[in-house]
Amino acid sequence: MKNKIFLFIIILFFIFCFIIFYKGLNNSNIYTPNINNKKDLPIFISKDFYLETEVNSEKIFLDNNFYILNIWASWCVPCRKEHPILMELSRNKSIKLIGLNYRDNLNNAKKFIDELGNPYSQILIDEEGTLAVEFGAYGVPETFIIDKNKKIIKKFIGPLNQKLLKEIKLFLK
Amino acid sequence: MLANQIGYYSLILGLVLSFILSAVSIKDFYNNNQGINQKVLSLSFLQFFFVIISFLSLILSFINSDFSNETVFNNSHTTKPLFYKISGTWGNHEGSLLLWLLVLTLFIFLFLIKSNEQPKKYRILTLLFQQVIIIGFFLFLLKTSNPFNYLFPIPKEGLGLNPILQDPALAIHPPILYLGYVGSSIIFSASLSAVTQNYVSKEWAKHIKKWILISWIFLTLGIMLGSIWAYYELGWGGFWFWDPVENVSLMPWLTLTALLHCVVVLERRIALTSWIIILSIATFMLSMCGTFLVRSGILNSVHTFANDPERGIFILIFLFVLIFLSLGIFFLFHKENNKNLDKIFWLSKEASILINNWFLMYFLSVILIGTTYPIFLDVISAQKISVGPPFYHKLIVPFLIPFLVFMSLGPKLDWIKSKVENKFSLIIFFIISIFLSFFILRKLTPGVLFNTVLISPAFYLFFITTKDLFIKKFKNLSQSIAHFSFSMLLLSILFNSILSLEIITNIKVGEKYNFDKGQIFFQKLEKNKNSNYNSVIGHFKINNNKGKIIYLKPELRIYNQPVTITSEADIKTTLLADTFLVMNLVKGKEYFNIRYQVKPFMIWIWISVLLLSLGGLMSLLKKKYEK
Repeated sequence: MKNKIFLFIIILFFIFCFIIFYKGLNNSNIYTPNINNKKDLPIFISKDFYLETEVNSEKIFLDNNFYILNIWASWCVPCRKEHPILMELSRNKSIKLIGLNYRDNLNNAKKFIDELGNPYSQILIDEEGTLAVEFGAYGVPETFIIDKNKKIIKKFIGPLNQKLLKEIKLFLK
Repeated sequence: MLANQIGYYSLILGLVLSFILSAVSIKDFYNNNQGINQKVLSLSFLQFFFVIISFLSLILSFINSDFSNETVFNNSHTTKPLFYKISGTWGNHEGSLLLWLLVLTLFIFLFLIKSNEQPKKYRILTLLFQQVIIIGFFLFLLKTSNPFNYLFPIPKEGLGLNPILQDPALAIHPPILYLGYVGSSIIFSASLSAVTQNYVSKEWAKHIKKWILISWIFLTLGIMLGSIWAYYELGWGGFWFWDPVENVSLMPWLTLTALLHCVVVLERRIALTSWIIILSIATFMLSMCGTFLVRSGILNSVHTFANDPERGIFILIFLFVLIFLSLGIFFLFHKENNKNLDKIFWLSKEASILINNWFLMYFLSVILIGTTYPIFLDVISAQKISVGPPFYHKLIVPFLIPFLVFMSLGPKLDWIKSKVENKFSLIIFFIISIFLSFFILRKLTPGVLFNTVLISPAFYLFFITTKDLFIKKFKNLSQSIAHFSFSMLLLSILFNSILSLEIITNIKVGEKYNFDKGQIFFQKLEKNKNSNYNSVIGHFKINNNKGKIIYLKPELRIYNQPVTITSEADIKTTLLADTFLVMNLVKGKEYFNIRYQVKPFMIWIWISVLLLSLGGLMSLLKKKYEK
């Protein structure tokens, strides 16, 4: 009898642990570091994806808009996953999406866009990967939010998902 | 390309073999033949063989930098040195799970070969329980983390192995640690099967002790290597940080140590049987729990590879299935042995082992709570906290004192019932250690009283074990060595933490910084180019008050794939102390932030852990148990 009560309590305890761990797993654990002093946009010269002409960074971020800069590549598997979310973001009129094509083969990149759609208002080429470094990127994909004062106010490491999308939308309000 | 296919299909074949093997052994279980059917042995070998083929083909893909393999693409790069390409195989989530599987199948095969004298049904049941674990891992690997995912179009270049993982100690530490972790799976399966067969006996204890020792030795070495890596490569200026993943490796070590001592009791008399089974189950569950905590990304730590909840849920469910399975078996089959046999006289070796067991369990619960409490709190009240070293130090250190005293006295007692002999020498040693620690500490540190109380039992254990080591000669040498090195380990850790010196300052080239025991002079800066990183080396000259001059050259490395800056500490090791210097860039300024440390007895920490595992090894190789 004693044993049975004991067993029952143990089982309850483990079930409790299971629930806690299960819930803990679903909590997002991606910590995006809060950038306290907002970073200035780097000034750079890059090539346009379609026209292959040189563009100056000051001319890209001209409008009085929020900008989202997304670093992507056709060979990047998570980029493929986050693409629908970018497409959804692009429907929002108050922001402009800028793509930064990172160390890519131009043909593959164009196929990628043809296949999945183009969410970007402009795409820049970063053949050497140096531009991404200037932005302080760790890898692909990465997404930066740039406010009206041309400062980077937030960055997301790794692919965007529905949760982060909500966060971004909150930010823009 | 081809290696990819071969690897993948060998994995599937391995899984299929699991089912065939289970079926064949169940049939053999009801067969009245003596000894296990030869088929079972060959099938088990075949399974191991397929997993090794799969593992080798993954290594081959890494060596060839075959980026059509997603794992290789994510974790390797053509410019990596060959050694790190190979170690990259298990430096990531998928590969390390494949390694788990490799060790699982290897161990069960070895178990079958080495357990010829054991009852047949017990061996077969062990195999079956082990197959449950193996099937679980096969499914986990194939379903959520296939190491052979195919990529198209084939990328030209990989994303690189994390540069902080490019270190020899780290490269070999996962395999060693896994041998320990996964080795405990055999203990788990064997104890479950022993319970069902009512075979928890003296013979069983003798046989399972070997497996406990093997796991224990590898776990000890693995933890040490991990800690060496943290010390030399991470450059945080310490060897143990109570990082969740470090804790996770320490927890099974504690239960395994407790188990090792209990099994010694069981070798003598039928006692503590339930406790031994619980410890065996707990050890493997804690190893699994470790895998869960590390792999699911539920905790943040330097070790978290995967942030994929699907994987987490799989291991979580698997873990709890195993927990409930073992609970069920334990409560259904386990019979308490005759009660009066279980009585333990208070002044006996058993009693002291039991007391030390309680202390070990106390340490375990402190660590377990410290590691998992943040998760519980986060879920229940959405508060984020992190539990740091002060928590562990405050709760563990005071209890080390009685622990060490019991550890000194315990081995002096006899089995079953004993009287204290040689009281005189024991007391003399105790007084000597108190005085010795007081006089050593009086000059060196302000907190004399507390530290004396702490250091004296460590010295006490040290003296008594030293005496045992030299006077008792070869009587139970392995135990003497293990206890001696443990006391050495504690003494070095304690002195290391009490006497460490640390200076943190900002300094620029050509500047001098004076402190009360000497002077640091930043002489010059040197720039270098290497194949996969660029480096900046600082030249420092450190004058000691005693006129000793040390030159230290810490380094900053800028790796190109992916772009990561790491700082390499420069460490000069002598028998008495390590001097340690690490520098970091201060953003936008010409200043460098440097951390200079003098850490006494560092090398003795590593030496004593090595000795500790040597003690285990000697016990393993010892043919007969000495009285």
